[in-house]
Amino acid sequence: MPRESLKYLLIAAASIGFVILPFVLESNYLLSILIIIGIYTLVVEGLGVLMGYAGQVSFGQAAFFGIGAYAVAILTTRYSWGTIPAFLAAIVLPALVAAVIGRPTLKLKEHYLALATLAIGILVHIFFNEGGELTGGPSGLTGIPYLKIGGLVFDQDYKFYYLIGVFVLLVFLGVRNLDRSRIGRSLRAIRDSEVAAEANGINSAALKLKAFVFSAFLAGLGGGIYAYYITFISPAPFNFNMSIQFVIMAVIGGLGTIWGPLLGVSLMVALGEVLRWLVPLFIPNAGGEYQIIFYGLILVLTMIFKPEGLSTGWRKKTVSDSEEQEQKKENLTVSIRR
Amino acid sequence: MVRRIIVLSISILTLLTLVFAGGCSKQDNTDSASKSGETINLGAVLDISGSSSSLGIPERDTLRMLADQLNAKGGINGRQVKLTILDNKSEETEGVLAVKRLIDQENVVAIIGSSASGTSLAMVDTVQKEGVPLISLATNSKIVEPVSERKWVFKMAQSDELIANSMIKYAKSKGIQKTAILYMNNAYGDGGQKALNQAAADNGISVVLLDKFEATDKDMSAQLAKIKNSDAQAVMVWAIPPSASIVTRNYREIALNIPMIHSHGIANQNFLDLAGDAANGIEFPVGKIVVAAQLPDNDPQKQVLMSYTTDFTAKYNTPPSTFGGHAWDAFYMLVNAINESGTDRAKIRDSLEKTKNFVGISGVFNMSETNHNGLDDSCMAMVNVTDSKWVLIK
Repeated sequence: MPRESLKYLLIAAASIGFVILPFVLESNYLLSILIIIGIYTLVVEGLGVLMGYAGQVSFGQAAFFGIGAYAVAILTTRYSWGTIPAFLAAIVLPALVAAVIGRPTLKLKEHYLALATLAIGILVHIFFNEGGELTGGPSGLTGIPYLKIGGLVFDQDYKFYYLIGVFVLLVFLGVRNLDRSRIGRSLRAIRDSEVAAEANGINSAALKLKAFVFSAFLAGLGGGIYAYYITFISPAPFNFNMSIQFVIMAVIGGLGTIWGPLLGVSLMVALGEVLRWLVPLFIPNAGGEYQIIFYGLILVLTMIFKPEGLSTGWRKKTVSDSEEQEQKKENLTVSIRR
Repeated sequence: MVRRIIVLSISILTLLTLVFAGGCSKQDNTDSASKSGETINLGAVLDISGSSSSLGIPERDTLRMLADQLNAKGGINGRQVKLTILDNKSEETEGVLAVKRLIDQENVVAIIGSSASGTSLAMVDTVQKEGVPLISLATNSKIVEPVSERKWVFKMAQSDELIANSMIKYAKSKGIQKTAILYMNNAYGDGGQKALNQAAADNGISVVLLDKFEATDKDMSAQLAKIKNSDAQAVMVWAIPPSASIVTRNYREIALNIPMIHSHGIANQNFLDLAGDAANGIEFPVGKIVVAAQLPDNDPQKQVLMSYTTDFTAKYNTPPSTFGGHAWDAFYMLVNAINESGTDRAKIRDSLEKTKNFVGISGVFNMSETNHNGLDDSCMAMVNVTDSKWVLIK
């Protein structure tokens, strides 16, 4: 069979599998795991573009995730907006915030940029906590309505599953296009050497800003869906810890790949679920932060054996790849000498 | 080669875990839970790890002990109880996944949890949709209000309002008409100060000064000095240690000669250790479990309190806490409801709502269609610190 038709066959099989899955599983629990994986995948795809293509780390992604969720919660419960306008606001608002703070922030380089995003994450979290009546303070906001699109009310897990599935697919296609476009190539050039990219006429500051805004946009999308899914939010899920988790998911899955984020998120979420029933079986009195040991272990193993992420293991190494690596090494030595 | 094997094995692990998470414990998906003669499936989601683990661990220990005791005595109507306790890692998203797991995979008839307000609120929508009774162990009154949107949800812990009422009423009985309020600036303190202001207004006590401090502050003399210059006749503090201990030390240092009344947040050894001698003379309301042995014999709760204290201390070598007490209340209220109406989820809910005069650890519960907490302020005892010990004010 020629490769091309095999590819289409696989795509067809995957789509059928996606559509019938809820009927096969018959379990809201398994669906809810997939939904959470989907929501996190949206956020991590954005982070993957920022980290993998633009080479910028963000330790504040949970803040944009939170702004999206809070936009939905506040606009629907406090200002009785419709659920679709609130959802749009959840997507646009984080992108706007990122555009405003990104302009000065992205002039910073390397560690300073990471520190700035960290600060943004913490500031936004403080705002959620201290927002008084508006954000509901530390106890959060209850009574978020279900998302309504036309006559369709998203009040069941299987409906959310399809909704999130469509969004994840769209984002996949978007990132795939980006990967092969001029912007994608320019971003990779910036990642490898900002100086060289600038010398070739790439406006690195503008492109980095675009990548940052794009990542916030996806985080907001994830946050909006999260708020409609859980129907209750408090500042707790949007803390610094969550930002770190997003970064870990992105790194484990593989930066600068399309499937990496999905793989990284799936591994982390599934691991969490398995530990939930496995650990009490073996250590009945376990308490405290034991799961961190396992996350740390996975991160360390990935860094040692597969530093470029798990999803890159599937690709056969080609000549151009090794050339690329050589190039990277050269860049590295250049930057070290500098 | 080694790398490839590792990558492959991690990828396989991912797939396996996904399949495993669902498959291994997937039971027959009959809609209404266990049939007669079979075991009765109960579930609990608790904050066992993470930031609220100090609440979740005594709750888990209590539930395990009670389930074992019940099964040793023959279970409910001859049917053994299978209690599945899941950890939500003090995270709301995890709590939602855990509660869905209990409903779908473990097929439970009712759920106890969570330990904290945020994790409890996150589970509300799921149990409302699925129609499973949920008994929360956390304090926030939003968990059971508005009752019309919380048909399936009940709550065991005393609300802030009850505790604030006890403090204000006690002050009133001492002839105090003007009070100052100090609170720590977080969810706990903010909820408390709102309840205190409301209770003061209800009882005709005026609040002459309202001030706050951060949970990490090391000195509150400035706030106390302001109170000294006001005409307040008492100072009420809503905080937990270490800041609650520091404010008590400062209160002695600047020799503020009006009584200091704390909230229940100081009912732990930590407060006494940090405050030292300064704590002597401080008064506060607390769940009766802390002073069980001192209660008069005619107190309706004395017997259950003493037997729980004895059992728990014998098994775990440490005295029980109020949090474990909430788990005790939830477990037995549920057992009573199942005893009465069987294992149908809707019937259990109806029975829970009709619970009257249930003598528990946190108080005597009287549920109704408009009140899914069921406690009144008779469940609190006022306590005085004497020689670094809690002494019941009779």
